[in-house]
Amino acid sequence: MNVTTMAEWAAKGETPEVLFWVGCAGSFDDRAKRVTLAFVKILNATGIKFAVLGTEETCTGDPARRAGNEFLFQMQAMNNIQVLNGYGVKKIVTACPHCFNTLKNEYPELGGNYEVIHHATFLQQLINDGKVKLAGGGSFKGRKITYHDSCYLGRANNIYEAPREVLQALDADLVEMKRCRTTGLCCGAGGAQMFKEPEPGKKDINIARTEEALATGANTIAVACPFCMTMMSDGVKNKEKEADVKVKDIAELIAEAEGL
Amino acid sequence: MAIVQQIVFLATLGIAGYLIRKRVLRIRGNILLGKDASITDRKDQRLKNMLLVAFGQKKMFKRWIPATLHFFIYAGFLIINLEVLEFIIDGLAGTHRIFAPVLGGAYNFLMNGFEFLAVAVLAACVIFLIRRNVLKLPRFHSAEMTRWPRMDANLILCIEIALMFAILFMNASDQLLQSRGHEHYTPTGPLFFSSFFMPVLQSLSTTGLEVVERFCWWFHIVGILGFSVYITYSKHLHIFLAFPNTYYATLEAKGHINNMPVVTAEVKSMLGLAPAPAAPAMPGRFGAKDINDLSWNNLMAAYSCTECGRCTSECPANLTGKRLSPRKIMMDVRDRMEDVGKSIEKGGPGLNDGKTLLGDYITKEEINACTSCNACVEACPVLINPLEIILELRRFQAMEESSSPQQWNSMFQNIETSFAPWKFPASDRFNWAK
Repeated sequence: MNVTTMAEWAAKGETPEVLFWVGCAGSFDDRAKRVTLAFVKILNATGIKFAVLGTEETCTGDPARRAGNEFLFQMQAMNNIQVLNGYGVKKIVTACPHCFNTLKNEYPELGGNYEVIHHATFLQQLINDGKVKLAGGGSFKGRKITYHDSCYLGRANNIYEAPREVLQALDADLVEMKRCRTTGLCCGAGGAQMFKEPEPGKKDINIARTEEALATGANTIAVACPFCMTMMSDGVKNKEKEADVKVKDIAELIAEAEGL
Repeated sequence: MAIVQQIVFLATLGIAGYLIRKRVLRIRGNILLGKDASITDRKDQRLKNMLLVAFGQKKMFKRWIPATLHFFIYAGFLIINLEVLEFIIDGLAGTHRIFAPVLGGAYNFLMNGFEFLAVAVLAACVIFLIRRNVLKLPRFHSAEMTRWPRMDANLILCIEIALMFAILFMNASDQLLQSRGHEHYTPTGPLFFSSFFMPVLQSLSTTGLEVVERFCWWFHIVGILGFSVYITYSKHLHIFLAFPNTYYATLEAKGHINNMPVVTAEVKSMLGLAPAPAAPAMPGRFGAKDINDLSWNNLMAAYSCTECGRCTSECPANLTGKRLSPRKIMMDVRDRMEDVGKSIEKGGPGLNDGKTLLGDYITKEEINACTSCNACVEACPVLINPLEIILELRRFQAMEESSSPQQWNSMFQNIETSFAPWKFPASDRFNWAK
């Protein structure tokens, strides 16, 4: 795998076009790591000069801030901003909507100003620019895919169409859930819920959302967020549908269609 | 006789004015219990938001059936109240329909327009009553919709219906009096909708008609004045506060959370990026435990809430049976303000009554159930942001009390020690590429 760190680029005296912010899930979670690899394969195939921070990357602080620990958030943010500014980073792409939101909307106030792009938008641009050519073609034809909106991409940042355009490029049969776009139902992991058991209730949110996804009859649930990935995968397992229904990140679907 | 009416009218107007002024000052005082926040930026965009969202009801039209019905009531409220101007002049001057001779044909056109709106308001209110009480839409009957909030909503609708009937019966009797050549009743030209009520009154004597006309006139104007006083105690305040609330609503992306500059100063000094703040200005509290820890615009939002429940009906936590309801958060903030305000009015302890917003009104179970998904914020037709309040309460829980759920405390610890919310060694972060 051809992945160069920011430190290595700097040692060569070169600046990459874009920094790929991997995020904690993309670095440590086994399922999300496969998304990271798929995205790296796509980047490598396009020949884009990119870098990662490697072990210099740390949590953006999103879950700490949302759980109310502002000190911890700002400690993380300030440290990350020092590293990013130290390398003169201008442009960041990330596959995690939570990292995306924090880097884009919350770091500027603390001195971190970057062009931040989520991989859904990034992939859409690559497809539009003809840098990603979906040669395989046909393998997705007629495959029913439903897209689950990530709250931090959708409502939080008004990105609803980019991931859908990416999926449309696959020539698949895109079906919508009843709640979608601005009214999309959360997977249940946002606001630091990912890191604790839910409060007492009648049902888990991810089960409710999975039921809505399964009701579409799609055999692929497309996601664009590592937390949604975990929640929806758990939901599908809970419904004992993992043999028929796959939960995939949009980057994985593009890599698959490209034959990477 | 006429002069007696004028004096009674002036007195009524004075009493209503006094009561409204008193309540407005109380509400203003309650809102100003909140923290100072200067919101003076991007005035053009704010004005645009207010015109589109409050005046133009843009967000209501996501659900077009209630939106259309609501629009009739809203337009009726705005436009029929123009007639109140005439009522007040007539009441004070002892005249009758002072604008009729001045406006001529236009007066007839206007009155017919008002009557159309009156009928539309009537119909909309009846349908709304049916939706609430017969169809029992779930969002009007969830846990926090206890007796008073439900009665409040029904009262508002019933009062509006009664006011509209008063207009129609007043116009009907007025037309009959005109047709009988009563000189006091200036010709208005035919009025379409109220003419349907004329047969009911036809058999009355001229004196009887005068009594009906006067009764309806007084009922309508005293009703409107009384309703204005009532509104200040009711959820119906949104008719005024939706405007400032949409103006002052955040313009940031919904995913953005307000920064805490006090923390920034401290973190910078800890990291050696800035000298320690000379005399650490007493930061007050981190986050919010009570209403005075929230900013004034959060408090104003609570008075702007009309308890429609669109937020709660979209909340993933609420939908799956958790205690959290964004509407309840807003209702609790308001209840707390009212309780504190009442206490202050009586010379009582006010905020120091031994109760606090977090704990006595809102529980931790509620705030800890929020996924910060912004569904409630997106759903609110008047740009109320319950999430901002939930987050301030969580900040208090985490930073003042260190009483976050155990698993969150572990997550904090993991971030502190291994720079990730999970307990993996930081040195393994790049292993995915191997």
